[in-house]
Amino acid sequence: MKQITNIVLSGVGGQGILLASKLVSEAALLEGYDVKANEVHGMAQRGGSVIGQIRFGKKVFSPLVKLGSAHILLAMEIIESIRYAPYLSPTGLALVNTQRVIPTTVSSGQAEYPADPEGLVKQTFPRFQMADCLAIAKEAGDTRCTNTVMVGWLSNHLPFSAESWQKVLEQCIKPKFISMNLKAFALGRKIS
Amino acid sequence: MEKVVLSGNEAFARGAWEAGVNIAAAYPGTPSTEILENLVKYPDVYCQWSPNEKVALEFAAGAALAGARTLACMKHVGLNVAADPLMTLTYIGIKGGMALIVADDPGMHSSQNEQDTRHYARLARAPLLEPSDSEEAKEYIGLAYEISEQFRTPVILKSTTRVSHSKGVVAIGERKPHKADGYEKNPQLYVPVPIYGRKMRVALEERFQKLQEYACAMPQNMIVERSNDLGIITSGIAYQYAAEIFPEASFLKLAMPFPFPDDLIIKFSKTVKRILVVEELDNFLEEHVRSLGIAAEGKKYIPGIGELSLDVLEEARKKFEGKTDTAKPAVKPAPKVPPRPPVFCPGCPHRGVFYEISKLKPVVIGDIGCYSLAVFPPLSAMDMILCMGAGISSAHGAQKADTGQKIVGVVGDSTFFHSGITGLLDIGYNKGKLVIFVLDNRSTAMTGHQEHPGTGRTLMGQPTHRASIEAFARACGINRVVRVDPYDLPKLRKVIKDEMDADEASVIITEAPCILIDHSRVKEPMRIDPDECKSCGLCLKLSCPGLEKKEVSGGKFKVEVNPVLCRGCELCVQVCPFGAIKKQGEKS
Repeated sequence: MKQITNIVLSGVGGQGILLASKLVSEAALLEGYDVKANEVHGMAQRGGSVIGQIRFGKKVFSPLVKLGSAHILLAMEIIESIRYAPYLSPTGLALVNTQRVIPTTVSSGQAEYPADPEGLVKQTFPRFQMADCLAIAKEAGDTRCTNTVMVGWLSNHLPFSAESWQKVLEQCIKPKFISMNLKAFALGRKIS
Repeated sequence: MEKVVLSGNEAFARGAWEAGVNIAAAYPGTPSTEILENLVKYPDVYCQWSPNEKVALEFAAGAALAGARTLACMKHVGLNVAADPLMTLTYIGIKGGMALIVADDPGMHSSQNEQDTRHYARLARAPLLEPSDSEEAKEYIGLAYEISEQFRTPVILKSTTRVSHSKGVVAIGERKPHKADGYEKNPQLYVPVPIYGRKMRVALEERFQKLQEYACAMPQNMIVERSNDLGIITSGIAYQYAAEIFPEASFLKLAMPFPFPDDLIIKFSKTVKRILVVEELDNFLEEHVRSLGIAAEGKKYIPGIGELSLDVLEEARKKFEGKTDTAKPAVKPAPKVPPRPPVFCPGCPHRGVFYEISKLKPVVIGDIGCYSLAVFPPLSAMDMILCMGAGISSAHGAQKADTGQKIVGVVGDSTFFHSGITGLLDIGYNKGKLVIFVLDNRSTAMTGHQEHPGTGRTLMGQPTHRASIEAFARACGINRVVRVDPYDLPKLRKVIKDEMDADEASVIITEAPCILIDHSRVKEPMRIDPDECKSCGLCLKLSCPGLEKKEVSGGKFKVEVNPVLCRGCELCVQVCPFGAIKKQGEKS
């Protein structure tokens, strides 16, 4: 099983995890891997906490990642990195968007948002990178391509060629939005 | 063959199309919805959303008797609605092949209960196939049509959330066209009046025996020989987890677990020393294997509640091997972060309705749909949910109990057409006195915005008659029917109060399309003047993710608008008693 790469995506329903997951799975297929991915639909969206899981390798059985076994955790919202931290392997890498989306449980006084979420990321993950992907997406043209920025960032840590990514982006994104998303992907790739 | 990445639901659609399906019907329900949404993209297939699952199954049965290859899809609880036709369809049988895809939701990701559809197969004596991933979803639906036509029976394909909503690599092929060859007049075969029905009952058992023989011989019910110390009997998604957790074990992998392939199970049991049945939810297989006199184990170690996963099975393996000491958990728990349950989207037309209802504190009998989210604080405006349609009929029952409490019922538009009309007929007929809200957002929103009889458009994109909720209500005998814009809070408030005070039944139809499909109401984000905001928190009672409570200092807070999320619906503007929330460009 060692040859299987496990990726966990986390964020808030509506942030574009489905597209991010599609881009990674299609790229894996293009590179000749067996791939399985799991997505959350329905009730779990609507602004709720959402997880996506992708596994690729020679032969993949389970579409779900085992706790403590993800090589990469890509979090689209800062505390959603913490929530899914148990999935990450002790040697895994957390890529964390510093964007904050305040849950209604905080706004209605039922819970508190951490005062220093960046500090919490530093405490929680032995290996991490943080970036403000929302700001980078704005630079690319629209906050809605935050997910593509993050896939660009993730691409630095996956063994797929630039040509495969290019092809997958062209294949999966509507022609109207392609140039903006290519820019977003390229900006994401520059994050280190 | 070309290889593509498909979700289980996309693979079901692809497989049905390749198998020459002519006619397909469904009612949307997570996790089954995307099957028809994908099938409709292919040529030469008639696809429709039916008002409910019973209609979908009956419709597909009629087409199958006319010789068409047909498909009906639903979620597990949908089969409860469609159980009536299924139980007799296995008696009268079919002519063209018929596949019935039923998607279970172990773990209740998006459902009100956990149900194991395999029990229905036994009750109806219908064969059941259980694909474990996208590749098998595509393959098994073709197999379902073969079995269906060979044995003249509908075939159930059981999916689960993790099969339907996981993606995998699938080799795709060409379509093998099928032509419906017409209805054959043969009442002895198709009309189960007792004199014919009793013969059908006997024939059903004979067919069942033959299906059992088929199940023992089919190559997809497969033995994989490895170690003879341990044999795993499994089917569906459970196989995928078991394959990783017990890589050394021998496997009996069942593509068609029902009818139980007894001879194959007995043969397998003789090759291994110990048998573990790995199945999700109930002990359906295990119980049967034990009834054959085989000392199989299963639910003693593997939970019957919730879904399986690699983690759950790894834990089960430790117990199975007697390693219960498990000193300390290998995985470090995460620091606590605030929960983030799903909520009404910013700009949702339902929000204002529940905000106003919650202020009057009636008992709210709800229903299945996005509006179930009103249960969570701070709205806390949902007191009971049972099933599709119960938002009307159970509300009526609660009112008739006559306890002096104010009762209101709430259903959505798609739910109203699904099974709300009969409940409303009951209120009209039996003189109920309560308010029923129909939240008409012109969409089956929770499942991803499907058309329904009230939207004026079919699944295949054709404009059509738009069924009127108001006309239905009046036809049911409801005299007070009020239509109101749910974004106009003062008007909404007056309507709700007037109707709740009335001495007869009333239907309030709140009319505004789901904000996610109709963007015509989306406006510039609001802004909050920090000097005018008195931190009263009243706007936060709307439970809008676009309004964020930010600590300033010493436990004090201000509310800010998240401009990425705000859709400019202006509910908060109407709620703020200080005029602190403004439209863009509006002066402080």
